[in-house]
Amino acid sequence: MRKKRGNFADLEPLIPPTTLHTIQLNLMAKHVVATVDEIPPGERKIVELEGRSLGVFNIDGEFYAVRNICPHQGAPLCEGRLTGLLESDVPGEYRYTRKGEILRCVWHGWEFDIKTGQSWWNPAQKRVRKYPVEVEDGATVASGLQKGPYTAETYSVSVDQQYVVIDMPE
Amino acid sequence: MKSTREKVPVIDTDIHNTLASPESLHPYLSERWRKHQTMIGGRGHAGSNYPRGMPHAARHDAWPPSGLSPGADLAFMQEQLLDAWDFEYGVLNPLMGGSGLNLEYVAAIARAINDWQVEEWTTPEPRLKASIVVPYEDGELAAEEIHRRGEDPNFVQVLLIARTDEPLGRRKYWKIYEAATQYDLPIGIHFGGTGAGPITGAGAPSYYIEDHGGMPQAFQTQVISLVCEGVFERFPTLKFVLIEGGFAWFPPLMWRLDQSWKKLKEEVPDLKKLPSEYMKEHFWLSSQPVEEPPKREYFDLLLEQLNARERLMFATDYPHWDFDAPDRAFPTSLAPDVKRRIMSDNARELYKL
Repeated sequence: MRKKRGNFADLEPLIPPTTLHTIQLNLMAKHVVATVDEIPPGERKIVELEGRSLGVFNIDGEFYAVRNICPHQGAPLCEGRLTGLLESDVPGEYRYTRKGEILRCVWHGWEFDIKTGQSWWNPAQKRVRKYPVEVEDGATVASGLQKGPYTAETYSVSVDQQYVVIDMPE
Repeated sequence: MKSTREKVPVIDTDIHNTLASPESLHPYLSERWRKHQTMIGGRGHAGSNYPRGMPHAARHDAWPPSGLSPGADLAFMQEQLLDAWDFEYGVLNPLMGGSGLNLEYVAAIARAINDWQVEEWTTPEPRLKASIVVPYEDGELAAEEIHRRGEDPNFVQVLLIARTDEPLGRRKYWKIYEAATQYDLPIGIHFGGTGAGPITGAGAPSYYIEDHGGMPQAFQTQVISLVCEGVFERFPTLKFVLIEGGFAWFPPLMWRLDQSWKKLKEEVPDLKKLPSEYMKEHFWLSSQPVEEPPKREYFDLLLEQLNARERLMFATDYPHWDFDAPDRAFPTSLAPDVKRRIMSDNARELYKL
């Protein structure tokens, strides 16, 4: 879910964009949580942000983040298996779709759509909290640095890298 | 994963410990049965399988880093369950060793499992209390094992399984009840088993979901049998715990049996009172898996009908996949005193902890 980056024009860059630097980042409420090549398609990374555990998933090159707590009983949802949907419109006819896009909880097997956070068995009522994820290039990340309550992980920011950035609501 | 919302003491009435390998029992078996276990092993009825994608029916996060099976690593169980939730006590129900066709072998394995539990579980971890595994298809052999461990404070109940060869009220099982009564040990009946017959009253189903969802059929059979065979007139202090069988079916069964008894009691003159009165007096139920009715008020009504305040006991079923978390198990918020009783008081009193 590649989004247009926000307007940070009013922010004074603390570090020149070209500087290679190791620092914990807090970009407004944006957190750098990984480099793009750290989470290949089909893989995931579990991160801590502002005391919350989140799973960041790469599905065919797009990144998604959901809370690592199952809304059912609080299990570490994001440690679950990635699966697809086996569906049947009429008995005897089956199709397997959405391969790798469905997260199955480690405890009771509740299925969630990683792209929307919705549960598959009750999409109207049950959902896991989903967070917007962007991919930013190194220059943008570095230029947007500011002091703050640093909670994200430590990254060497390089302009020729791309970063997975989560936008945490206040 | 430490709970912050759960403030009352918690006793978990259903934890499953298992062997690291079959050889784990070797120190507790005689040469005769060690050889038998190595060369031949157990023989049993078919019928109960877990899905292959869910090996050991375990939570996917319950595989210990040591590489052992879920439930086989005490240190990991302490970390992931007992310490994480700060349990006061946990009751071990090893789901192995009680059933099989070679009853002499089953008796030897049951004895070995009980010795293994004391040595490797309840002694190193005093928060854990064990259930006595017995060769339950032979009342006399089972009673022998109860006599061997009946006064041992490491054990708090006798363990049976929901699917037996015959309904549990029948005479062949009475020696078990006689022995349990002698030591005032409750008898736990746990989900599962195979038994000689199909796993339902109407043949063998195709799917695991039928097995899992339909298990109350076996529990109902056992309750009906124990009541109607007059077991509680013969053993008036006997107590049963229905473990992992759900509990929503229990109140309607009381109503139905009462109705039948009013019309048919001439057939069972041993019964001196309504079937529901025996059920209310002699049965406790563990909570997991908690039924989740569509409206919270249905659940509140259910707890009332069940006399949950006195008879329901919290359980997680760790490390199995249908684990219930202490702070999220119930779909409704319980009144503080009810919560305290369900989460620990009822178990502490029943098991004399």
